This record gives sequence, C-alpha cells and structure tokens, in this order.
Amino acid sequence: MATTGQEEFTLDTASELAAEEGGSKIEGKSPWALAGRRLRRNYAALGFLGVFILMVVLCLLAPVYTTRVSHFTPNEPNAGGFVRENGQKIPVISHGSTDFGQNGSVKLTAGGIPIGPQWGASGGAYFFGADGLGRDVGTRLLYGGRNSLQIGLSAAAITTIVSIFFALLAAYFGGATDWIISRFFDLIWAFPVVLLGIALGTALSIDGFHHWGINIPAGSLWIPTFVIAFVFIPYIGRPLRGQVLALRNREFVEAATAQGAGSLRIMFTELLPNIASSVLVLFTLIVANAILTEVGLSYLGAGVQPPNASWGTMIADGQDVLASDPWLSLLPGIAITITVISLNVFGDGLRDALDPRAKVRIEH
Amino acid sequence: MVAFLIRRTFGMILVLLAVSFVTYLIFFKIPGGDPAIRIAGRTATDANIIAIRQKLGLDQNIFVQWWDMMKALLSGQLISYYDGTNVVQQIKEGMPATFSLCIGAGIIWLGFGVLVGTISAVSAGRFSDRAITALALVGISLPVAWLGLIMRYLFSEGGVSTVMPDGGYVPLTTNPAQWFFHLLMPWFTLAILFIGFYGRVLRSNILDTINEDFVRTAKAKGLSSRRILVKHTLRASLIPIVTLFGLDFAAVLGGGAIITETVYQIHGVGFYAAQSIQTQDLPPLMGVTLYGAAFIVVFSTLVDVAYAYLDPRIRLS
Repeated sequence: MATTGQEEFTLDTASELAAEEGGSKIEGKSPWALAGRRLRRNYAALGFLGVFILMVVLCLLAPVYTTRVSHFTPNEPNAGGFVRENGQKIPVISHGSTDFGQNGSVKLTAGGIPIGPQWGASGGAYFFGADGLGRDVGTRLLYGGRNSLQIGLSAAAITTIVSIFFALLAAYFGGATDWIISRFFDLIWAFPVVLLGIALGTALSIDGFHHWGINIPAGSLWIPTFVIAFVFIPYIGRPLRGQVLALRNREFVEAATAQGAGSLRIMFTELLPNIASSVLVLFTLIVANAILTEVGLSYLGAGVQPPNASWGTMIADGQDVLASDPWLSLLPGIAITITVISLNVFGDGLRDALDPRAKVRIEH
Repeated sequence: MVAFLIRRTFGMILVLLAVSFVTYLIFFKIPGGDPAIRIAGRTATDANIIAIRQKLGLDQNIFVQWWDMMKALLSGQLISYYDGTNVVQQIKEGMPATFSLCIGAGIIWLGFGVLVGTISAVSAGRFSDRAITALALVGISLPVAWLGLIMRYLFSEGGVSTVMPDGGYVPLTTNPAQWFFHLLMPWFTLAILFIGFYGRVLRSNILDTINEDFVRTAKAKGLSSRRILVKHTLRASLIPIVTLFGLDFAAVLGGGAIITETVYQIHGVGFYAAQSIQTQDLPPLMGVTLYGAAFIVVFSTLVDVAYAYLDPRIRLS
C-alpha cells in the first residue's frame, strides 16, 4: 500500500518553507497559492495530470466512438460476422480449414481465432481487433475504462469522505468514541486487502445487497465500488486520525473553544482545513490503488460481473488465448498502467508541492 | 515483559474472535436471501438445502450459529458444497506451493528493495536516483495479473522465447531444479510491486536519517562514509522496513498472492480461493479469508513483541 506511515503535510510547514525559497516574493501569498506555484513548476506532475485527464476524456467519449468509428456497442457479439477490407471478406472469428495437398499431405488450420487489430483498414471496426465472441475490443476498452475509472474514483471518494468523518470523530472526542473507531480500523486492517475484497465481492455477487432499505442488484457496478471503498477505509482513516490527534490540542482549537464554537464547528472549520492538504494527496494515491484493486478483483471474477466490461475482466477474457491473441490482455493492461502511473506521478508532485519540507530534505 | 506478552496474546485472541465474527457476517448475513441456498452453491438440490439448513442451525441465535460454524471449521469439518471436499484439508494441501512462492518472492523483494532504496538515496538527485525512482514508480503501478500474463507471453509462449515453463508448480520434494525453474517468473512477478514500494520507503527513510544528530556525530568522529551508511544510517532506516516486511509477508502467505497464483496456475491457497469464486462456493472462501486474517493478526503480534523486546518504552506504554 502506498499509504503507510503518517507523513505530515500541514500547510504550516508550507509557509515555513516558502520563506526559504523566495524571500520577499512570497509575502502576502497564502500557503495554497504557494503550493499551487510549486505545482505549476513541476512539469512532470502536470504532464501526467494531463495524461490522466486525457484517459478520462477518452473513456467518456466511448459512445461517440461507438457511433462514429466502430459501429459496435460494447456487449454486441458478432462471432459469425465478416468485415470487408479491400474488397475481401474476412471472418471476425477465423474458420478452421483442411487442405489436401497433391501428394496426399493434409494441412490443418485451427479455427476460432478472433481477428487482430485492423488499425483502421476496415473503416474503424475492429481497430484493436475482436475478442472471442467477436466483440469490438476498442469499444470495450473505452466502456471498460469508463467502468474502471468510475469505480476507482467513486470508491476513493467514498473512502475519503467516510475516513475523514471517522478520523475527526475519533480524534476530536477521544475516549470511547476513539476506541470504537480505532478498533473498527484494526478489524478491517486485519484482513488481506484482496481477500476481504473477494469475500465481500463474491458474497454480494450472488444476490446483491438488500438491507436497511438499500437495494443493490447483483450485477451493479456499485457492489465493487462499495467493496473497494470499505476495504481501504483504515488506509486513509489511520493516518488522518493521527494528524487530527496532533492538531487537537493546538492553540487555535483552544481559541475556537474559548470563542464558544461547538464541536461540529471546530471539527469542520478548524480541524478539517488543516488536514485538507494530506487528504488531497491521499485521495490521489487511493484512486490509483482503487483502480488496481478493481482490476485484481474483476480479473478474479469478484468485481465487475459480465457482460459489463472493465479493464480487469478484459485481462481475464484474454488470458486463455494469450499465445494466439496477446492484444486482448495486452491493451487493457497498457491502459491501466498509463492511468495508474499518471496518478502516482501527480500524487507525488502534489505531495512535494504541499509539503516542501520533504522535498527540501531530499535535495540536500 | 511477561505482563506485556499476556496482554498482547489476550488482545490477539480477541481480534481473532472479532475477525471470525465479521467473516461470518460477510458470508451469512450481508447478502440477501436464504444462506442455505447460497452456501449450497449453483448445483444444489432441495435435499441438500434442507440438510444444510439443519446442519448450520439457521433458526438459532446468530452468536450460536457463528460459534457452531467456527467449531466446524476448527475441527476440520467445513465441507465445500460444490464438490464435497474438505476445506481445511484443501488449504493444508495448498500451503507448500504458497509458502514456496512467498518465501522466494520475499527474499527477492527484501533484497532488491533494500539495494534499490540504498543506491537511490546515496545518489539522491543524480541520474541513477531519477532512473530508479521512475522504475520504482512503474513497479508500483503495474497490475499484477497483467504483469504475470505478459511475462508468460514473452518468455513461455513464444513472444520472445519459449524457454520458461508456462505456469504450474512442481513440488520441491519431487524435483528441486524444476521447482526453482517453475517458480522463477512467479517470484519476480510477486516481488516487483514490493521492490518498487520498499525502494521508495527506504529512500526517504535514509534521507531522513542522514540529517539525524547521531549521523553527524559519526561523521565528526571521522568514520568513513561507507561505515556510516552501513552501520548507522542503514541500520536505523531499516526498522520501518522490517515492520512493513513482517505484515506484507504475512499477507501474501495468508492468500494475498492469489492473483500471482492464479496467473501461473500454482495450486496454492490463493488459487483454491480463486477457483471457488468461479463456482460461487462460499465455504472455501470463508476458510481462506479466515486463514489469511489469522496470519496477519499473528504476525503483527509477533512484530509488536519483537519491537517490545528491542525497545522497553513500548512494553511500558
């Protein structure tokens, strides 16, 4: 996990260190403005943020790709179909053949191999080839990416919000509240991430979730989303609780109490802004981890359920025909790697910008 | 120390009980519908379901149900409803393969992680540091399933060559050379993620430690920089790495290597769980989940005890 350790990224350190970098130029600028300036100068981080946004935009344009380019919807099989190229008819799934040579030799060609990437030769259809059912891989990549990104982003958002809430409650009230919340974190922490995800994912993939008036059907994308969100709670909750605990007894909290501020006001207008920078960094990194977890769960069959595609199910679909059609597993993997690398680089850049002390230390 | 040990062991038992209760809830209470139908799997008959309902005592109090389930599991009576095999027996049979995979991978990731982190920290800011940092980032960003499939495609299925065996596991006792040969790619597949992560953690730990007073004192004493690095900086920086290793190693031993095992068809504990997902066979999944959690809980207790032994402040707090 990329979120162990309790790094401190408070904006106080940002202002302390800003003093070292520019002297008079930084006067009167807020720590956020200074962090923004540092981030703008980090071209690698910005470049990779651009890459991530590009991936999101491409996946959002999936319906456009369907209508304008491939003319296939993501779950549309076409196993017996043909494509026309330069006047030739090519079957989407190759037929086996038996050729009898003149000297009595027999040449057998195995069938059932889906068409490979056409790179536009067939007018947009099967640009990245077909899968075993004759479905268009390019279309499925975009729709699958949409599912993977949606699950990753919403799972990370849910985890972050729930963890902030728990961390504030635990650290502000202390005592029994803290004990209960900390033990709850410990309990989730005690399970291996993938196994807990699989246990929940499989149990919920049978009938869905029907409790307390909440009804989620079995094939819904919300099941992997909530499962991943649940599994990652302690990985954000623990470091945030530690940070709030350190802030809890600072003078500004005492000052707010003296002014008559209530618990909610102190938690959300005094403490929350002080952990906001860590929340941002942790959120970026947890999105990357959530996407990887979705891929793992879906690969094993405990995440996104067929016929829905995700990058993880696409890798699994391609693995049995790896030797003959490597692109089926190769392409979604490349898409995942690019997305996750871009999030990790941006997350690192964000951390450097918000917590320059770490960076100054490294540059000794 | 004795008081600490007793307290810690007691805590461990409580956590194990809580973990088993949560696992029970996951498999019996969270999903809707009749748990007897669900646990009977896709190939159930009516007689099957009635038998299960009676056997599990589903009309009883939830705590009684949980306790009976745990008794059945611990006494080795938990049965898969898909193919009737004994869950505990199957987990035991998978353990040699899982242990072979994890111990080898653990040695590789710890060794390379320390090497990569140290080189990168010593050359901080220079080209070699940037290159290693970039590679470590790629390492933590690769999906394990994909990495395994690509390695298989390249080295066993003719992408580059067909030198390496295409998955499978040969027991050490059958043929040590083939055991090693078959595990070589899985070891690296499992290790790469951790190498990248440990390298990054160690790099920043070393860079933190370099600024400590005791390192300055060592420098003032006139020690050589190699000696300072190995005897002082690295030793202090490795402590968090050892903790991480204890927990990560426990997690992979406890079935966390499930994806690597599935990609390479290594019939270990994780592979057993992965197969049960396909058949929606819940008892094996419950067994493996508990087995994995037990590993983590026990190992983290061991790490705590080791710390307490090394640092008296911890056992008094």
